[in-house]
Formats: sequence, structure tokens, C-alpha cells
Amino acid sequence: MATPLVEMKDMCISFGGVHAVDHVTVDLFPGEVVGLLGHNGAGKSTLIKILSGAYKADSGQILINGEEAHIHSPRDARSYNIETIYQTLALADNLDAASNLFLGRELTTPFGFVDDDAMEAETRKIMGKLNPNFKKFHAPVKALSGGQRQSVAIARAVYFNAKILIMDEPTAALGVHETQMVAELIEELKKQGLGIFLISHDIHDVFALCDRLAVMKNGQLVGTAKTTDVTDDDVLGMIILGKCPPGATPGPGALVEEEAAS
Amino acid sequence: MSDTALPGSNRPAARNLFAALQLDTRLLGMIGAFVVLCLVFNVFTDGRFLTPRNIFNLTIQTVSVAIMATGMVFVIVTRHIDLSVGSLLATVAAVMAVVQTDLLAHPDVLGLGHPAIWVLALIAGICVGVAIGAFQGWMIGYLGIPAFIVTLGGLLVWRNVAWFITSGQTIGPLNETFTMLGGIGGTMGETASWVFGLLAVGIVLWLQVASRRRRASHGFPVKPVWAELVLGAITTVAILGFVAILNAYHIPQARLKRMFEAVGETMPEGLEVGYGIPYSVVLLILVAVAMTVVARRTRLGRYIFATGGNPDAAELSGINTRFLTVKIFAIMGGLCALAGAVASARLGFSTNDIGTLDELRVIAAAVIGGTALAGGVGTIYGAILGALIMQSLQSGMAMVGVDAPLQNIVVGVVLVVAVLVDIIYRKRTGE
Repeated sequence: MATPLVEMKDMCISFGGVHAVDHVTVDLFPGEVVGLLGHNGAGKSTLIKILSGAYKADSGQILINGEEAHIHSPRDARSYNIETIYQTLALADNLDAASNLFLGRELTTPFGFVDDDAMEAETRKIMGKLNPNFKKFHAPVKALSGGQRQSVAIARAVYFNAKILIMDEPTAALGVHETQMVAELIEELKKQGLGIFLISHDIHDVFALCDRLAVMKNGQLVGTAKTTDVTDDDVLGMIILGKCPPGATPGPGALVEEEAAS
Repeated sequence: MSDTALPGSNRPAARNLFAALQLDTRLLGMIGAFVVLCLVFNVFTDGRFLTPRNIFNLTIQTVSVAIMATGMVFVIVTRHIDLSVGSLLATVAAVMAVVQTDLLAHPDVLGLGHPAIWVLALIAGICVGVAIGAFQGWMIGYLGIPAFIVTLGGLLVWRNVAWFITSGQTIGPLNETFTMLGGIGGTMGETASWVFGLLAVGIVLWLQVASRRRRASHGFPVKPVWAELVLGAITTVAILGFVAILNAYHIPQARLKRMFEAVGETMPEGLEVGYGIPYSVVLLILVAVAMTVVARRTRLGRYIFATGGNPDAAELSGINTRFLTVKIFAIMGGLCALAGAVASARLGFSTNDIGTLDELRVIAAAVIGGTALAGGVGTIYGAILGALIMQSLQSGMAMVGVDAPLQNIVVGVVLVVAVLVDIIYRKRTGE
């Protein structure tokens, strides 16, 4: 099999004695969408924040294209072409779309000044592709609708040639039409060979968008499975009980058979 | 949903005018309030408020607080506060005074009245100001102590460090070149002022044309030509009008006579010489321009506003918000040094109580100027206008003869009302 785009091996992180992520191993291949599922507090967001550089793991190894990667900050993650769309969108509400899109990576003039016009031009180009209805280029993003804000966040992630995309609840705040837009975008990005981690609560979403899924419970990995090998009920069982169905590969957090029987 | 900046959309005519000019309505409101204030005082003082002499005085009285207010904008935008600016000003003023009167003026060093003294003293002051500011910023950013506490401590510490530097004495008289930074003791004269004014007009108009060209080259919507012309005309009149007023304040005859006698000439009969632009005002203008460029056109400024709008987002975008805090407070410290130079030069001495309560004036100026304590919002020109409004209010009331306690009551009420009006305005416009 080909080398995975991302391998997170044996990741651990704890906060004040709580094992938020406990020996979790997941991988992601190019052109693949892997859904991460679990209850609130199961550790999915924490796991993904290690990859995006927001948290530093206590132990474990991250491999990008088979080579060990050292990610200590969001800037490091970006240098590996890892982009993240956070659940909270992580936008500076007081700035306009272009400033947010380029935040931390501003285009500058030869004199080192911020080149707002060039950034606006690029923003107009990419928004023209992503969300042609987007017109408010000068308003602070606070004044935008949920869907418009989401498209700014997505534009920020895809503009810089991301290879690995992390989406934390990308459709949670969206209407039907905008959710459809995100789904189409994910299909498009898959075709371009990106690997996508998708965190979601919505099992329906995961089945519609993902190739594989990984379920976490209490910081541990219950198991991973191809979406074609398991049913909705199997996945619910994994999330709620930690019971690994026959179609899935069990992880350290899976309920052991005897325990399940008793 | 249409782009509010797109011209030619179908709006009522009255809004179209402002929409086409793309003026900041908030700024217009402040200027309007300022004009009304001046006119009212002018009526109550029988026309003494809006004389060249009083406008000149108002300008030089505002400089020190206005310089610090531009730095306070950055501090407040990033959701911090700096209560130590008045005390820091005193410490830096004491350092500059001691450096120029004791160290450099010593016969073995440079000697009394050496032309390089003022600049070396100023550099020493700026270094100390930046260092103290950076130290406070480090405690806030890296040690996580709230800015309110760090600078409240600083308020007490630096005021009394200043006392120790000077052993509680008033240090002076300061170097003569140095005191030219203070205001009336150092002005450009009429011709240089006109040149300065014309240069400023030229730069402003050139920037306007360049910006329009740049937008057009990207194919963005631009303002209609008449709107550009109106804006250009307004700025030209404002700049040249300001120069004309400062030039119209003539040096008193007796003083002029002394100036001629000092160089061994006799004054021609009937000679009238205007003061022109004070160097301290030039300094303020340079600071304002530099700070505006930093705020609008540099990464540092962009990160300051992004951090103020959403600290988490800024951090997740790879911005080092801790070091940013150090930089902001270092800038504030450097500006305190400049303000301290102006304030002590204006007095001709460095006193122990210099800059007392300036922290409150500076914060009030920034807040009246539209800087939101919630963070993320504020402008440099707003803060300067805020400082000017505060100063006008105070000296206007003094001229009218309002009792001192009542003056403070009015200033306090105005501060609160100004912020209330701002909150209502923001709610209405949804900004």
C-alpha cells in the first residue's frame, strides 16, 4: 500500500492528569476523507489540534509522507501544508475577509508594507470560485452571515495549497444549501489529492462524505473502519458503548469481547 | 446583500453623498462635536477662544498627551491598558534632564550648551522608555500578569524612581536646543511653515492619486472623480488653513526686539513676524503619520488589530501574541519618552509632578477618539482628536471662568457621555 500522507502514531496528551488523548494511532491517505467521531470530550478535537500545532503532544510520533514531522506551533503545521478550519472558525471579527484570509501570511509590497489591494484582488478571485455570491469585501467579517464566514475560513485553508486539511465541524453552523456547498468542495478537494480529517457529530454527514472513520471514546481509539463496511448502528455502538463491530479494526479503547458478553 | 462600498447602487440621494465620499461618519461626528464646542466657547469668551493665539496654545498644550494617546490606541486595541504612562513620562523626563544637565554638560564630556546635547539626551530618554515599556510588556505577555496590575504597579514605581533619579529636586534649566521641542520656544517661522504645509498638501494629494490608480489597476470600484476632488480640496484647505492660523499668531513686539538684540541688530519699525508651526507639533505629526502607517500598512499593525479582535484566532494563525505584547508596550514606552521630552521642554525644567494624572488624560483621549476597551477597534487620528477635544474643553472652561471643581465634573461627564454615544452609534450601524 502507498505511504500514508499523515500517520499519527501512539499520540498521548494529558491535561492535569486527564488523558485527553491516550495512545491513539490514526492515518490518512491522499485523496481520502477520514471522519473522526465521538462524544463531546472524547478527544477528537484535541487530537487534531496536535496535528495543527495548537497543542504539543506529550508523546507519540507524527509522520508526513513517511518522514517524521516536528510540529510545535501553527506556523510549523502550515509549513507542512496542514491547514485547519476550526469549529469556531478562528476569524478576527473586526477585520475584513482579505485580512483574515491572509492573516499571518500577508502579501507585502517590495518595501515590506502590507499590500491590501493585492490581497483583496486574490480574495476576490478565490471567493469567485468558492462562493460567487460573496460581495462584502470591505465589511468586517462580524457583519457576515454564518455561511459567508464559513467560506472565508474555507478560502483561508484552501488558498495556500493545503495538502492536508482538517475540518472541525465544518457544517455545524450552516444551512442546507451551504452544507451542500461544503460537500461539493470536499469532493473537489479529494479529486485534487488532498487528505482530509473531518470531525463531526453527524453520522449522516460522515457516511455521505467520508471514506473511512475513526471513533474515539474517553481519549482512546475504539476502532477504525471503512464506511462501506459498517452500518449506522455499528458506528453508534462504537461511539456510545465503545463496542467494535466485526467490520472494523479495533483499537486500544475497544470493549473487550468477554466484558461485552458479561 | 450588496457591497456597501460599491458606488452607483440605488440609495437615497442624501446617503449617496457620504457613500460616494466614503468618509468615516464617526470621524465626521467627532469633528462636528469639536467644532460646536469651539464655537460655544468662542461665544462665551467674546471671541477670545478662536484667536490664532489661543489655537496656537491649544495645539502645543495637546501635543504631549496626544503623542502618548497614539500609543495607547495600540495598547487598548489589544485589550490591555497602561496606567503607568504619566509616571513613566516623569522617569524618562528625569533621565533626560539629568543626562543633559549633569552628564553631558559636564566640562569633561561635551560642555554646557553643546549642540549635540539635546539629541543625545532624547536618545537616552527613548532608550530608557522603550526598555521600561518592553519590561512591562514582558511581564504582561510572558508572565501572564494582567496589564492593569503591572501598570498600576508601574504607576507607583516609576513616579518614585523619578524622585530618586532627581533626589526630589527640580532639574533645570534644560539645554536651550532641547527646550525648542517644547512649543513656543521653538517654531519654524512663517516661510518654513508654508513650505511644510505645501509639502504636506503635495504628499496627501499624491497618495490620493496613487491609491486611486492602484485600485483602478486591480479593477476595483473607485470613487467618482468629483468625490476625489472634493476630498482633495478639503484636505488642502484644512492643512493650509492650519498653517495660516499658526502663522497669524505674531511674536510679541518686545520679545521680537530682544531676539534682534540678541544677535546684535536693531529691529526694523513695524515688523510683524508670525510664530509658524511649533517643532513639537511637527513631532506630533510625524508620530501620527508613523503610527498610522504602522497600524494600517505593516504586519505589526495588522497583528495588533487581529489580536484585539480575536486573540485565539491570531494565535492559531501563527502570530506570536506574547512578543507582540512586548512590542506594543515598548512602543508605548518610546512614545512616553517623546511626550516627556515635549512636556519638560515646555516647562524648561523637569519637575517631580510632571505628567501627574496624564495616564487618565491619555486613556480618555483614546477612548473619546473611538478606541473600544473591548479591543480590536481604534484609530490614531481619533485619539489625537480626542486629546484635542479634552484639552479644548479644559482650557475653554478655564477661559470662561468655570470653577475648578466644576471643570473636572464636566470633563468626567463628557468622557462617559462620549462613550455612551459611541456605543449607541456602533449598535445602530452594526459595526
